[in-house]
Amino acid sequence: MNTNNTKTISSLPTATLLVAMAAALLGGCATSGNQADPVEGFNRAMFSVNEGLDKVVIKPAAQAYDFVTPQPLQTGVSNVFGNVGDLAIGVNNLLQGKPVDALSDGGRVVVNTTLGLLGIFDVASIMGLEKHEEDFGQTFGRWGVGDGAYVVLPFFGPRTVRDTVGLGFDMYADPFSYIEHVPTRNTVAAVRIVSGRAALLKADKVIEEAALDKYSYIRDAYLQRRHSLIQDGNAPRRAE
Amino acid sequence: MKIFALLFSVALLAPLAVQAEEVAPDALVKNVTNEVLEIIRKDKDIQAGNTKRVLELVEQKVLPNFNFPHMTALAMGKEWKQASPAQQKILTNEFRTLLVRTYSNALAAYKNQTVEYKPFRMQAGETDVTVRTLINQPSGKPITLDYSLEKIAQGWKVYDMTVAGVSLVTNYRESFGNEVRTNGVDGLIKALQTKNGSQSNDSNASQSPAAAPASK
Repeated sequence: MNTNNTKTISSLPTATLLVAMAAALLGGCATSGNQADPVEGFNRAMFSVNEGLDKVVIKPAAQAYDFVTPQPLQTGVSNVFGNVGDLAIGVNNLLQGKPVDALSDGGRVVVNTTLGLLGIFDVASIMGLEKHEEDFGQTFGRWGVGDGAYVVLPFFGPRTVRDTVGLGFDMYADPFSYIEHVPTRNTVAAVRIVSGRAALLKADKVIEEAALDKYSYIRDAYLQRRHSLIQDGNAPRRAE
Repeated sequence: MKIFALLFSVALLAPLAVQAEEVAPDALVKNVTNEVLEIIRKDKDIQAGNTKRVLELVEQKVLPNFNFPHMTALAMGKEWKQASPAQQKILTNEFRTLLVRTYSNALAAYKNQTVEYKPFRMQAGETDVTVRTLINQPSGKPITLDYSLEKIAQGWKVYDMTVAGVSLVTNYRESFGNEVRTNGVDGLIKALQTKNGSQSNDSNASQSPAAAPASK
């Protein structure tokens, strides 16, 4: 099997590196006692770095994109990326033992690629094939792998140790990462990032107002959400 | 990750309002949601970004349906018992203010999302229910928004909202817990007051970059 692999970030080694980093830091950072967050010192530092990166580079780009791009086009772009993502979602549903959902995901890809003009229009949702949200982190969680420590990754943001490994697999499964022509691949990546970020611009203000401490607010919301996603929305309510 | 902020903010578009006589909880959620969204759609001021108008709307229509003392107690968790009745009262007020402002910000960002109400079943005599709704947005997937309601003397009241699997009360429980462990109940009160105080400066200053004091 040839591996003429020109990916700039090789995903599995990256994931391994990130996990190793997280593991190495498990030894003795000052914490406020949150059991899920043993490397809080490191995480807070990374969080600041990411916030800085966002403020200086990503958010301005997203704002520019939002400003010049009419909403229908923004929706179209987001749909195209969503369509490509549905393949991996289907794979994950299969791995989690949900063949019906996997079939539905496959159906989505077919319908949206054809009727939806290469994914621009999310016709499948209108037809009742709802979009699922699955990734390898959730699959491992479903298989019984525990969260592991909460880690804030440079650039990627909040994850758990398990989800970091999952991220590596997600990247490996992402068709866009196989584009050989580097400038094109980078452009696609940039558009995806900016498009995703633009969808979240309004949310910024709300989270600033809602959070007493932005770092811990995001952490706790992330962990809750992951548990809910793994159970597909049926997570038990946490008792008082 | 900011996705949660978005989920949280968009979900807060679906508020509740006052009903005089007792209404079933799902009808309550539906009526109020529709009423408030209708008002927002028609009100030019709100569309233009007048946060004061939104605050008023939230105060009149939304807040009366929340059980804030219970919400605050839940958000405090174990620490609630450590607080004196006077402190509990202040905490409830501050938490209420925090939620009102957050809510209003989310409502002000409303942009034609639609709300779907999931089928609701309730046994006669039940006093604690969950009403499930779904918010559809132009770009991005729909967001689930579940209301937890309890029946008290004054009727059905909301004591928690779960946005895309994230419970509001549970999320605040962690931050409040942290603050109390570090600075005690008074420290938490102070943090909330600072935050609410600085927010009111921000909303008065509206768009102008002329310094609103950085909180915290």
